[in-house]
Amino acid sequence: MSFEITTKDLDVFYGEKQALKKVNLCVNEHQITALMGPSGCGKSTLLRSLNRMNDNIAGVRVEGQVLLGGRDVYAPEVDAVEIRQRVGMVFQQPNPLPKSIFENIAFGPKVLGMKNKTALEEIAEKSLRAAALWDEVKDELKKSALALSGGQQQRLCIARALAIQPEVILMDEPCSALDPFSTLKIEELMQVLKKRYTIVIVTHNMQQAARVSDWTGFFLMGKLIEYDETAEVFSRPKDKRTENYITGRFG
Amino acid sequence: MKLSPKISQKVAWIAMWIAGVIVFLVLIGLVGFVFLRGIPTLSPGFLSKPITEGGILPAIIGTIYLVLLTLAIAVPLGLGAAIYLAEYAPKGKLTSVVRYGIETLAGVPSIVFGLFGMALFVIVLIGTQSILAGALTMACLVLPTMIRTSEEAIKAVPAAQREASLALGATKWQTITRVVFPAALPGIITAVILCVGRAIEETACLYATLGLSLLTPTSIFHGARTLSLHLYMLATEMPGDRGALVAQAMGTAVILICMVMLINFLAHHLSSRYMSRIRGTGSCEF
Repeated sequence: MSFEITTKDLDVFYGEKQALKKVNLCVNEHQITALMGPSGCGKSTLLRSLNRMNDNIAGVRVEGQVLLGGRDVYAPEVDAVEIRQRVGMVFQQPNPLPKSIFENIAFGPKVLGMKNKTALEEIAEKSLRAAALWDEVKDELKKSALALSGGQQQRLCIARALAIQPEVILMDEPCSALDPFSTLKIEELMQVLKKRYTIVIVTHNMQQAARVSDWTGFFLMGKLIEYDETAEVFSRPKDKRTENYITGRFG
Repeated sequence: MKLSPKISQKVAWIAMWIAGVIVFLVLIGLVGFVFLRGIPTLSPGFLSKPITEGGILPAIIGTIYLVLLTLAIAVPLGLGAAIYLAEYAPKGKLTSVVRYGIETLAGVPSIVFGLFGMALFVIVLIGTQSILAGALTMACLVLPTMIRTSEEAIKAVPAAQREASLALGATKWQTITRVVFPAALPGIITAVILCVGRAIEETACLYATLGLSLLTPTSIFHGARTLSLHLYMLATEMPGDRGALVAQAMGTAVILICMVMLINFLAHHLSSRYMSRIRGTGSCEF
């Protein structure tokens, strides 16, 4: 089994407050890893430190290592921009740019320097197909992305992340702003995407973690309490706190 | 004596109503008076003749020169400062001092800018009163407006859009130029229009820097006068037939008011469109 991402004794501080404490996590290639836990447990912080999106927050400090394909993404010579091209991200609230559907997809390839219109159109079609959105929008690619429904917007955001051909896709509670039907569509999509990408999903929702993921990590107060295959975590949790959480005694 | 809530509400309502009506009447009275007195002066000749023949053409040209040159100086500087303050400036003592300085600059009387402009631009740098000296002075005067208004516009761009761009592998600068700037553009245009309005209206900072020339300017190193400055000169200092001069001043005032109204209308139109766009985006994010 090869590991796509490995964190080693990862500590993250926001000013004085420690949000992550010595987290050691191995994310398997071409599998879905779910991070769950109550609000404020550090799961989103961990997700955002994997592609250095935390860099933009004032007062953040990271110690320890995040290895992406064996290389530390926090090493001084590594450029955060390059990391984000390899590790795409989908956010909690669908956040399409106030541009057309096509321009949203083309944004990533364009900032990387691609100008050829035909190539961009090919990428747009491929990405939209991969995100199961093509059939719904193929005739209105010039329409504003803001005119799409919430579920469509989120699939557009996934398509947009695919367009830069990342190795890993991080999803930060991607369904929490969506209705059950849109949620189902995105969960189905994840099963298809994991054949080509490694997916890490943060979720509030245990049922979702149980449904979609291959591996599950349970976080509590900045610590990774338990990390194992999903079936194992949900049927035979080793830690009492995990058991309390999944049986609904708190959280 | 204590009023019942019902009566105090009624009294308050009547007091507000009277205040509103008075403000409205003053405004209508003022503009109406100027228009009634000024419109008879307006004629094609008034707009196209030199000042020495009772026209205002040189002042119109002077105004255009001054406004354009002021914008050429103040917009790039102000926008650069606004982007720096909104996107790059570290939160610290120095930044808050800079911001405080800008706030203060916005409250400095324009005659003080005039004095500064005369001392630095006219006497030290250029050597003569001129459009360039006037525009440099005016640029100093409008900079705080330009910086603050565009900084607000830049800050109003939702953080989610910046994150979307950064997460797609865009650099900070690409994010600013491709995402933040287009989204803030309507607000930045509003800032520019506010500056245009300011440059048209102000006189005190130009009095000692622009040169008050009666001739049509042909170079930025020549003196000139703007419409408001011309109005001031007509009303106070020009020798000759007072009645005719006041009539000309009123005519000039009509042109000025029309220009300012047009600019305010544009600013209002653009900023309300901007607001509705921000709200529109907000509603799409649930």
